Amino acid sequence: METAPGADRYVLDLTALNRLIEAVREAGYRVAGPKVRDGALCYEELDPDETLPQGVRDEQGAGRYRLRTGGDAALFSQAVGPHSWKRFLSPPEQRLFTAKKDDRGFRFEPGAIDDGKWAFIGVRPCDLAAIRLWDKVFQDGAWADSAYRAIRERVLVVAVQCTAPAGTCFCLSMGTGPRAGHGFDLALTEIGNGAPRFLVEAGTPTGEEILALVPKVRAGPEEIAEGERRLGQAETSMGRSLDVDGLAELLSRQVDSPRWEEIAVRCLACGNCTMACPTCFCTTVEDTSDLTGSTAERWRRWDSCFTLGFSYIHGGSVRRTISARYRQWMTHKLATWHAQFGETGCVGCGRCITWCPAGIDITEEARLFRQAAEAVPAPRS
Amino acid sequence: MTLAVAEAPAAAGRTGPPSDPMLPRPWRVCRSVRETDDTFTLELIPEPGQPVQPFAAGQFNMLYLPGIGEVPISISGDPTYPHTLVHTTRAVGAVTKKMAAIRRGDAIGVRGPFGTAWPVEDSEGNDVVFVAGGIGLAPLRPALIQVLSRRERYGRVVLLYGARTPDDILFRKQLREWRADFDLEIQVTVDRATHDWRGNVGVVTALISRVPFEPGHTVAMICGPEVMIRYTVMELERRGVTPDRAYVSLERNMKCAVGFCGHCQLGPLFICKDGPIFPYEKVAVLLSQREV
Repeated sequence: METAPGADRYVLDLTALNRLIEAVREAGYRVAGPKVRDGALCYEELDPDETLPQGVRDEQGAGRYRLRTGGDAALFSQAVGPHSWKRFLSPPEQRLFTAKKDDRGFRFEPGAIDDGKWAFIGVRPCDLAAIRLWDKVFQDGAWADSAYRAIRERVLVVAVQCTAPAGTCFCLSMGTGPRAGHGFDLALTEIGNGAPRFLVEAGTPTGEEILALVPKVRAGPEEIAEGERRLGQAETSMGRSLDVDGLAELLSRQVDSPRWEEIAVRCLACGNCTMACPTCFCTTVEDTSDLTGSTAERWRRWDSCFTLGFSYIHGGSVRRTISARYRQWMTHKLATWHAQFGETGCVGCGRCITWCPAGIDITEEARLFRQAAEAVPAPRS
Repeated sequence: MTLAVAEAPAAAGRTGPPSDPMLPRPWRVCRSVRETDDTFTLELIPEPGQPVQPFAAGQFNMLYLPGIGEVPISISGDPTYPHTLVHTTRAVGAVTKKMAAIRRGDAIGVRGPFGTAWPVEDSEGNDVVFVAGGIGLAPLRPALIQVLSRRERYGRVVLLYGARTPDDILFRKQLREWRADFDLEIQVTVDRATHDWRGNVGVVTALISRVPFEPGHTVAMICGPEVMIRYTVMELERRGVTPDRAYVSLERNMKCAVGFCGHCQLGPLFICKDGPIFPYEKVAVLLSQREV
């Protein structure tokens, strides 16, 4: 029998949502969620006495991010901030192992693997897509990263479908939002006017088990329609768009374009875009030892392809110019990622646009490349 | 004809025990040989109880010195005897300079083997031309050893090797032995001769026109600086060896060797897991582009 639409959707009020988070904690999860810090919406561990911020609205543009607080009671009337969930899945600094000297030589002890369970509260659809892309990088290939897999397989995802996209959002273009397709245990859609109310649906048996512990009412047709209306409205209020049709091939043909140089004069090679990007996964390692040399450690740290040292091999760096580094980043995201992992590496979250101190806009740059490519016909093959 | 890059034996291990690819295993230096002024060979044996992984010619290991760092180094020893790992490298950076100074009995961390292999078995029945530039002879050595151990399965076998000066010639003794013991044509050239050098002077690509092989049935395996690789393929093409019969070994910055760190990307390729050995056709365009 086909399930009637909405039959498995329920409505929660704020008390019920808080009860849900409490139930997650009782199930043994550490809870991470949105928190306002230093004027931005960040993802951090939430203490049991902390509640989700209310009335926070954001204003995002190229190189611009402002939060306004104290507006109304809504919880999720804003888009993503500078953080993404990658800081939990593969922390910015991670000890890979310790090498300890013994009488024969040295022995290796693996870095402590986080065996705790994390619950991510408020994962936006773009970030859900980013987590799926990271799974391909760190655990679905020939090799799996033990530390990533240990954290990832225990993560409980409470997604939030987006009803208030920001000026830099373009998830609709990338097919990742504003609706959460899959990859969540529970998904919320904010539908309240005045007092916060949420539609909730479970995506996994774990999600259903949690939901069973929470007081809720079955969603009625009006509530479901209100959720749909808001998601439909979100689709029409994306601040940015990106035409992805043939984009990978188009950029692959622009390797020698003078446009890279035009971007490079603005790009500071600061690496902000790579830190804020939820799919950028590059890391470096740092080897340390104590003063006696009896204990050495190897640390993995987030790295950025915008640094000169990133491509260093004996004799110098491969990508000496900023134009080559920006080209590497943009073509990796929008072109070569397809060849590597079967899809684009951009989820349309807009963070690279918002957090670029020079306001470089990947959607605008892609548009200019398309314009240039269309002005010159593609070479006959 | 296109030869498939041989599936590395390590691939079988990947689905095996849930070993952490980022964790080195302790090995020990059983021999350290200074080859030339700035190159050296380390022979390593596993610590008791450490598993020995088979490797294929062309694959590399990550060698680690505690507190100093880790470097990707091609295996230069005999693939039929993985119980001893042989690595030949130049002392150029902080890690390799320190590695040049370690001695018999010292401990070293090993991760690997990683990467793709030279198409040694797939080349049977063909003439094989090895072209090496400088330290590029080291990653080709396991393939040479393998081909010579089954010499009868190949047609003509040629090694063209270019070094900077006569003093920079690697594996000098072995080259002499190979020349004496096997049906192997070896041509060596140097960039700068010394007064006692009576051999070739000039770039290695100049040797290609001087050696016999049947272009339509030849496989070329090339390792050296990228500019040398490009000119070698051009020269081979002039002799009638199509680029789809040329295989090259490439090098980039590597931190992880398994596709996690992103450093070794060359366009869509991860040198660590898609390479380091590539059919030339797969990388030809990328090698012609600047700063990719």
